[in-house]
Amino acid sequence: MPPSTSSDLTLSVNGEKYALTVDHRTTLLDALRERLDLTGTKKGCDQGQCGACTVLVDGRRKVACLHLAVAAEGREITTIEGVAEGERLHPVQQAFLDLDGFQCGYCTPGQICSAIAVIEEHAAGWPSAVTGDVRPEAGPPPLTPEEIRERMSGNLCRCGAYVSIVQAVARAAQETNGAAA
Amino acid sequence: MREFGYQRAYDVSGAVALLDGDREARFLGGGTNLVDLMKTGVERPARLVDVTELPLNRVEETADGGLRIGATVTNSDLAAHPEIRRRYPALTQAVLAGASGQLRNMATVGGNLLQRTRCGYFTDVNSPCNKRVPGSGCPAIEGEHHNHAVLGASDHCVATHPSDMGVALAAFDARVSYETAAGPGELPLTDLYLPVGETPHLETALPPGALITGVTLPATATAAHSRYRKVRERASYAFAIGSVAAALDVRDGHVHDVRLAFGAVASRPWRARTAERVLTGAPADAGNFAAAADAELTAARPLPHNGYKVTLMRNLVVAVLSELAEEAAR
Amino acid sequence: MTTATKGGAGTAHTRVEGRDKVTGAARYAGEIPFADLAHGWLVLSTVARGRVRALDAEAVLAMPGVLTVLHHGNAPRVDTGFTGMMGVPPDPSTGLFQHDRVPHMGWPVALVVAETSEQAREAAEALVVHYEREPHDVAFSARRESEAYPLDGHVPAVMEKGDLEAELAASAVVVDAEYTTPEEHHNPMEPHAAAARWEGGRLEVVDSNQGTGWVAGELAHLFSLDPASVRVRSEHVGGGFGSKGTRAHQVAAVMAATVLQRPVRVVLTRRQMFSLAGHRSPTAQRVRLGADANGRLRALEHRSLNQTSTVHDFVEPSAAASRSMYAADAHHTASRLVKLDVPTPTWMRAPGEAPGSFALESALDELAERCGVDPIDLRIRNEPAVGPVSGLPFGGRNLVACFREGARRFGWAGRDPRPGLRREGRWLLGTGMAAASFPVMAMPSTASVTAETDGTFTVRINAADIGTGARTALTLVAADALEVPADRVRVRIGDSDLGPAMIAGGSAGTRSWGWAVTEAAEELRRSLAPGADIPPEGVTVRSDTSRALGALAQKERHSFGAQFAEVAVDPATGEVRVRRMLGIFAAGRIVNPLTARSQLVGGMAWGISMALHEEAVRDRASGGLYGADLAGYHVAAHADVPHIEADWVDDRDPDDPVGIKGIGEVGIVGAAAAVANAVWHATGVRHRDLPIRPDRVLLAGADA
Repeated sequence: MPPSTSSDLTLSVNGEKYALTVDHRTTLLDALRERLDLTGTKKGCDQGQCGACTVLVDGRRKVACLHLAVAAEGREITTIEGVAEGERLHPVQQAFLDLDGFQCGYCTPGQICSAIAVIEEHAAGWPSAVTGDVRPEAGPPPLTPEEIRERMSGNLCRCGAYVSIVQAVARAAQETNGAAA
Repeated sequence: MREFGYQRAYDVSGAVALLDGDREARFLGGGTNLVDLMKTGVERPARLVDVTELPLNRVEETADGGLRIGATVTNSDLAAHPEIRRRYPALTQAVLAGASGQLRNMATVGGNLLQRTRCGYFTDVNSPCNKRVPGSGCPAIEGEHHNHAVLGASDHCVATHPSDMGVALAAFDARVSYETAAGPGELPLTDLYLPVGETPHLETALPPGALITGVTLPATATAAHSRYRKVRERASYAFAIGSVAAALDVRDGHVHDVRLAFGAVASRPWRARTAERVLTGAPADAGNFAAAADAELTAARPLPHNGYKVTLMRNLVVAVLSELAEEAAR
Repeated sequence: MTTATKGGAGTAHTRVEGRDKVTGAARYAGEIPFADLAHGWLVLSTVARGRVRALDAEAVLAMPGVLTVLHHGNAPRVDTGFTGMMGVPPDPSTGLFQHDRVPHMGWPVALVVAETSEQAREAAEALVVHYEREPHDVAFSARRESEAYPLDGHVPAVMEKGDLEAELAASAVVVDAEYTTPEEHHNPMEPHAAAARWEGGRLEVVDSNQGTGWVAGELAHLFSLDPASVRVRSEHVGGGFGSKGTRAHQVAAVMAATVLQRPVRVVLTRRQMFSLAGHRSPTAQRVRLGADANGRLRALEHRSLNQTSTVHDFVEPSAAASRSMYAADAHHTASRLVKLDVPTPTWMRAPGEAPGSFALESALDELAERCGVDPIDLRIRNEPAVGPVSGLPFGGRNLVACFREGARRFGWAGRDPRPGLRREGRWLLGTGMAAASFPVMAMPSTASVTAETDGTFTVRINAADIGTGARTALTLVAADALEVPADRVRVRIGDSDLGPAMIAGGSAGTRSWGWAVTEAAEELRRSLAPGADIPPEGVTVRSDTSRALGALAQKERHSFGAQFAEVAVDPATGEVRVRRMLGIFAAGRIVNPLTARSQLVGGMAWGISMALHEEAVRDRASGGLYGADLAGYHVAAHADVPHIEADWVDDRDPDDPVGIKGIGEVGIVGAAAAVANAVWHATGVRHRDLPIRPDRVLLAGADA
């Protein structure tokens, strides 16, 4: 008997449970956009090459375009629609707004979700490709503009808003845990 | 993308049993390469067995003081692991040099080793490609190949292996363990990849239906003095055009132990054993580093547009070993 | 913090739609839900030249969810024999499925429509198309110049003043150099997307474009519809850069919605964009400069060659970029093109100026080196009093002020001009500069402004905000003209029902729209008696700028700028890193400093991307692109873009009611040349072929 090509499942997104039947080919990205009407998560390349679809899965940033929806069952997904506290913007959102960390806005939800994770990854002591000494004894690197650029490099912005995005991430990191250098 | 079945496995033997040697089925790890290839039509599996829930997500101490890395450890967790950073810093650097934060959170160690080449002819199903369709030809040789292989390639395929992680693992004598229906097995990482020859579509020495369960790093003090340098056409978020993983132990100004591996120059992470032999026991200076690189690169067979890689690799070897030697002298 | 909520034009305002964009609430074209929506997927040719012999549509129609397969055998007829709003015929790829000819790789040959996008994609991949293949030719190079022909685009192809050869012969110093730029692709982050449906006898299209009136007009022509029965909306647009006009996806969506009588959405994949969204042609350019020993130009020749398709002429007027820059006794410029079996190129951010300035401003740097004159001084010595070719007066030329302010802020004074001298660890350091200019234009536009009963104002103008900040700028412009705080003004844009207006293009959007908004708002303000009652329907004043623009005196109108870059080059690996950039612009009155700075900085980031990364590689054997995706086609990532500063000098245009010139494109102009000139200063090697890849740097070596 050929295997079933669809599944009934429950997706947990921004604290809400959604029961749906998905074609196994459906990515988490398409499930969010086409099935749950959560269109804040953007489709820029659909190949993991731009970062526009970045969401948080169990607290980790991931690209939703390469994540099958069926494989997301049992995981807690946070999208751009779920990062503010009610009317109060997340510090990263507020910094992007104030410092004009976007132009067309299409890569913005992905940039913001990625930045939220970058601040957490840094706080957890993760090194990056530009960290001079990765040994744990060296301690966590200061979150310099160079560190922010490297850690945010998986999010392309064709408008070229990188300069203000880096400033926004630095400000939000400073506000969140005093981390920006 | 064709329709496919999906099953989730919760233990290793269950995963192997679910796959059942089915040539139309694939193990699904982080999906960062497989799902992309399914979208482009390069892979058309009828069934996926999700292995991300397998209890293989730990980095553990081995009896001889090495480390065993589970196959489903994500790239991010591997790079951030304190013992990897302390004992094998080049491995952390290599992992962090690859892809993006998002992709490293998804990608797994097992999947990283089995990822496919990013040769643009391989990923375009409308193009001939001996690796994808045996016998259809290799357009890269007469066409675009400025980022293709200069070592170990053949007239049938000049694609490179895209892994950064694998380069560091190759330098550190990693061994790959796997599970089959007939039981477990193990082989050196440098033997995981088959020579290209006339059969570029046959990529690994794994038995059919095998599941990679982990990678073991033997204890080696030299690895603590190691470095990974990657050159690419963007400052980040791009595949290498050349990379070096190196570890160096200098005693009394002479090379006591050295490990060298190259990335983006061959169909597999390229362990530079010839260069290591030339260097071992020699004075640790730039002239000998260059001579060692040259010895390794005499085997290079560049095409019209990728000859720069020979120069690049030579320069990288000298630069990285010189830095390591300087640090050792301090 | 640089934001403010009070104050009008000239003070910094965050974007009025900014909150929607940072919360994900802003919906783009592919995100508007429709009941009963079907999904279309385009099938593109896999040969570069030939004929579609047959399509096995029957097998695909039997697949799950498939509703229809449209192709040249059954598609509705469309009429492409018209000239659109921008004065050019439609792109031939919008003449969808009208014949069996395949003029290039990636030509649309069919549309599969299905209930879900997964079904449509699989069915599109499964559709077998049989081709009669013909030999193709995609080999662009400078050697094709003998087959090339001149073509007047928006500017004449060839302009010649003076005896070029005589002046070259009389010159003490001659620079004669060839430059190339590769095929480049816009790649806005939002792929082209459109949903079409028939609603109450009207065709409604939700689309991502740079001008809804433009696209609505072309769709009306294509489908022979009364223009009033076509409505195109495009509220939020995820970038355009010249690529978002009428393209195959809108036509496909309209065809399918017409055939199926239900809403249909068609979204281009990233890979499809590489053959259906247009591109910037590769260029092969030759610049000859003849100068006195002190650097004064006697001769300036700039010749440029670009590719176009076999089915449409498009000229990338790279040589025209030189016509307004420098005085020379003999001044010859010519842009020519050669037909190849490639997709039709199109406008891409600073068409002509971006590649043209790379060649010209690199050549100026070479001349400065040869004459032993500082590159800034050399340019100042050749400042023209009037248009060097036209003889027309300039409508403001504050380029020298940009040089002086830029030199001061960048720390140019005391720069050692000798190359290859500065080292920091493994890096060689260098600095470079270049000049920038971009034409100032305006197109007739209409606007209406309504005084509402609650004391607020509604501005209706069919503008497009593709990330430029136009919506916010127009809010400020209207508030100024109405003499009210900006929070009392609402601006409605992106809807063809709002009436004719300029597209977001040519750096002329905000100038064109701001003009119309100002006219209507000022008249409304004058007509409203203080304290008078507003009737329930409000008081509306309309404007049309056609007459005012027609009355403008002929001038050389341009934005200008000075670009500065510092780079680090590792000669052992060929890596080039830009360490900092500064751009000082004379670009008219700046309406919103916050978003204007973003746009200028973004243009400069494009310059870095063009200098170091971007390159679409066409495979001669297949005729298609190699690695047509965002991993194969590199645009600058975060790590490639250092701190960039952009600022401006006072430069109000006296002929514009708001004083605006235009800022959308001048930021990229000259930026790649500044980087390339800095690479020379670092290494002593001239890179005349873009991008400056590691392998090129490595093979060129360093003569330091």
